[in-house]
Amino acid sequence: MEAGGEVNFKPLQIEALVKRANAVIAANAEELTALDSAIGDADHGINMKRGFEALAADAGVLSSKPFGEALKASGMKLVMTVGGASGPLFGTFLMTLGKEIDAAPFPAAFARAVDSVAARGKSERGQKTLLDVLYPLSEAISAGRPLPELVVVASTAADATVPLMATRGRASFLGERSKGHMDPGSRTCVLLAGVVVDWLENDT
Amino acid sequence: MSNVGIVIVSHSPLVAQGTADMVRQMVGDEVPLAWCGGDPSGGLGTSVEKIVEAIEKAWSDAGVAILVDLGGAETNSEMAIEFIGEPRMNRIRICNAPIVEGAVMAATEASGGAPLSAVVATAEELSPH
Repeated sequence: MEAGGEVNFKPLQIEALVKRANAVIAANAEELTALDSAIGDADHGINMKRGFEALAADAGVLSSKPFGEALKASGMKLVMTVGGASGPLFGTFLMTLGKEIDAAPFPAAFARAVDSVAARGKSERGQKTLLDVLYPLSEAISAGRPLPELVVVASTAADATVPLMATRGRASFLGERSKGHMDPGSRTCVLLAGVVVDWLENDT
Repeated sequence: MSNVGIVIVSHSPLVAQGTADMVRQMVGDEVPLAWCGGDPSGGLGTSVEKIVEAIEKAWSDAGVAILVDLGGAETNSEMAIEFIGEPRMNRIRICNAPIVEGAVMAATEASGGAPLSAVVATAEELSPH
């Protein structure tokens, strides 16, 4: 995936990715909702689970598409099914990645997808949002760090959201009281980074 | 109808409908009005699909002003506006205003035939600067 140009996977591989993602989100939905109940509105896990179940239900259609198109369609599906702000945020990430992945080397495509999330959320790094994992992850990918390290980078970055005060999103209403809890969207990014790395190591 | 349309987007269908009821009582049928609330499976939240439908329902060539409650309602409304696409998306605005008071003020302004910019500005006067 380091080189530029057309990126593609076999239908069975794409299907495996969708199913892995759905299984991991479903298995962790309660934890995500618990994190969100501390500083948000207690729906992040439920919302993401609904979105990924919809993706899994569409796995056959998604896997018949070229990879970039499958990413775009997955993003659109999340936008339409997740319900909370996470739908447009994760959906925009996938739609941009799908658009860029054949046009640019993977690290550049990933970086543009992260920028599109920042634009969608009118947010920046350091505000206790998923960007606090996505930017470090993007930098690690650009630096060519090996796959297993990427999950560690993501996980360390998510841990680093705990002491932050939220200044964007629902958690910002809590001000100082948002400190001491991990950002749920950041935790989801760690889970999904793990899914993709497992998939690349085992299914492709 | 040539008056600006009003769309109310809340996480709660009850809040959205109640706000719409108040607007109707103020301005009658003078402005196109639509509301939506609830996530795609009926819980608290917002749905891009329902927002697109509400914009279509309240569509006016003079434009549409959207009132939202919390963050996800705004993000999902922005997404819905992008789905509506050019050229109509340029005539849809999200008001930075409290949902109930903003909807009533915006609709009152709209009922007098004010342009979209004035409708939005009237609602946004309610927000602290």
